[in-house]
Amino acid sequence: MRVPAVLADADVVARRNLTKIKRVPDLLVFTTLQPIMFVLLFSYVFGGAIGSALGGGGSAGEAYREFLMAGIFAQTVIFGATITGSALAEDVKKGIIDRFRSLPMAPSAVLAGRTLSDVVNNVIVLVVMSLTGLAVGWRIRSGFLDAALGYLVLLAFAYAVSWIMAWVGMLVRSPEVFNNASFIVIFPMTFIAITFVPLDTLPGPLQRFAEWNPVSSVTQAAREQFGNVIPGTPEPTAWPLQHAALYTVLWALVILAVFIPLANLQYRRSTSR
Amino acid sequence: MTDAIDATGLVKRYGDVVALDGVDLRVPAGTVVGLLGPNGAGKTTAVRILTTLLRPDAGSATVAGVDVLADPREVRRRIGLSGQYAAVDEYLTGFENLQMIGRLYHLGRPAARERARELLAAFRLEDAADRPARTYSGGMRRRLDLAGALVAKPPVLFLDEPTTGLDPRSRIEMWDVIQGLVASGTTLLLTTQYLEEADVLADTIVVIDHGRVIARGTADELKRQVGGERLEVTVADGDRLADAVQALGGLGVGEVSTEEHRRSLTLPVQGGSAVLVDALRRLDAVGIAVDDVGLRRPTLDDVFLTLTGRPAEDVAQRAEEVA
Repeated sequence: MRVPAVLADADVVARRNLTKIKRVPDLLVFTTLQPIMFVLLFSYVFGGAIGSALGGGGSAGEAYREFLMAGIFAQTVIFGATITGSALAEDVKKGIIDRFRSLPMAPSAVLAGRTLSDVVNNVIVLVVMSLTGLAVGWRIRSGFLDAALGYLVLLAFAYAVSWIMAWVGMLVRSPEVFNNASFIVIFPMTFIAITFVPLDTLPGPLQRFAEWNPVSSVTQAAREQFGNVIPGTPEPTAWPLQHAALYTVLWALVILAVFIPLANLQYRRSTSR
Repeated sequence: MTDAIDATGLVKRYGDVVALDGVDLRVPAGTVVGLLGPNGAGKTTAVRILTTLLRPDAGSATVAGVDVLADPREVRRRIGLSGQYAAVDEYLTGFENLQMIGRLYHLGRPAARERARELLAAFRLEDAADRPARTYSGGMRRRLDLAGALVAKPPVLFLDEPTTGLDPRSRIEMWDVIQGLVASGTTLLLTTQYLEEADVLADTIVVIDHGRVIARGTADELKRQVGGERLEVTVADGDRLADAVQALGGLGVGEVSTEEHRRSLTLPVQGGSAVLVDALRRLDAVGIAVDDVGLRRPTLDDVFLTLTGRPAEDVAQRAEEVA
């Protein structure tokens, strides 16, 4: 099928997905409330304790808020990517994928449309969180282009992750199972990283894990792009964190190369029960 | 006449479970075939193979003249499918659901809109057109789902258990809608667990069990095997049972059988409730008091008992007594 036809079909599917946000605004409210809550809780509960470990100028709390935002961004967009999986699991379960598969549309359009609409979702959430960050004193200390690249790296990584979620979601076919399973994997992944605490506060083996964890590199990349690296913090010694943006993009490319074909294969096989 | 659906030797296994074990199916264009069987008989698997959702392990099939395995996309252009669950998007309105499907059939934006309006009117969903589908009743969702299958005016239509889970009133409404479609010349394959439904809607019935075809024929042919409708009468006074048999002589289409100890007689009949009224008049004319009288229609269980000597598995008891 011609590429424009695939895009046209993907556009129809993406619009369908986004209509849900319009019809159930509570959904967006709660997906954004949670990160807002995280920003506030982490800033003011842990800020004093962790902030003093960071050093830098100003109060401990201020330093931590500066440090925190990139980490919260990373965690939130990765959790945002799980919407792809639970929504597809739901669609398989309800027979909507059966219906799509019985139509003469481009088979790849359903997944393309789904992952695309979840990027839109993540953009909305990033805007709300950035405003919250600004309200608690976080600032972008780099230029416009650097900051834009920072957001782009976050969105690109989350987009890649959403293809893993697409595959898993269609495999398990149950949104409940998917949500529980993805939480168990993603929660530690986003915590054993430099998202919320500086690397040197972690015990040895976890430090190694955190250094190579792509959640760390995407956080580090965003931190650098926003100009939020706290002055005086030790330079990273591990290669992935020294080349955070490159390492993140490499991960994203590998994930896409593996999971786009896998997810499409699974789509062509999946039927409701 | 060409066959709209022509399947030969369809086999599908899931591990050790054989879902389809060599099914042949031939549906002439413009006719309705009812695939009748209990849960797990292989009905849905057959529909999924014919609608390109599943590849069979063996066998071949053409739908609307196109090879299902060789050219699935061309098949999809020519079929409509309404699955076992109403596969409508709950958050979209009825109109949006149909418009989306129209666009995915590549009708173009204006044509997709127009077709959506047309179908909403035809399925009496106009008033609910701009409400999200999650506010719809079960019957309305099914109608919307069926409308979705008709967006591209497909020559061949597949309905997988179109009335399962509907209340009796919605089911009869659904039958009306389906009969309307059939009158316009669409070829239809429908699956059902209800003999009554296959009887009302289908020209020919194919009974399947454990992935095999165990009988096929018209509803009348099957019923002749099963025994058709039976009139059951219980008289108040056991001594008058013989008189009752005499009074009802000539009303039935077969031998009367009596059960003395239950003071009852059973008579194969044709003609539904008119026969029932007639029977009561005759008994009344000779002064026989009746305790109970009823018309019993054969159920899927009766069919299975007759064909396999055992009841249909997994089937909820739905013996429908028509008083």
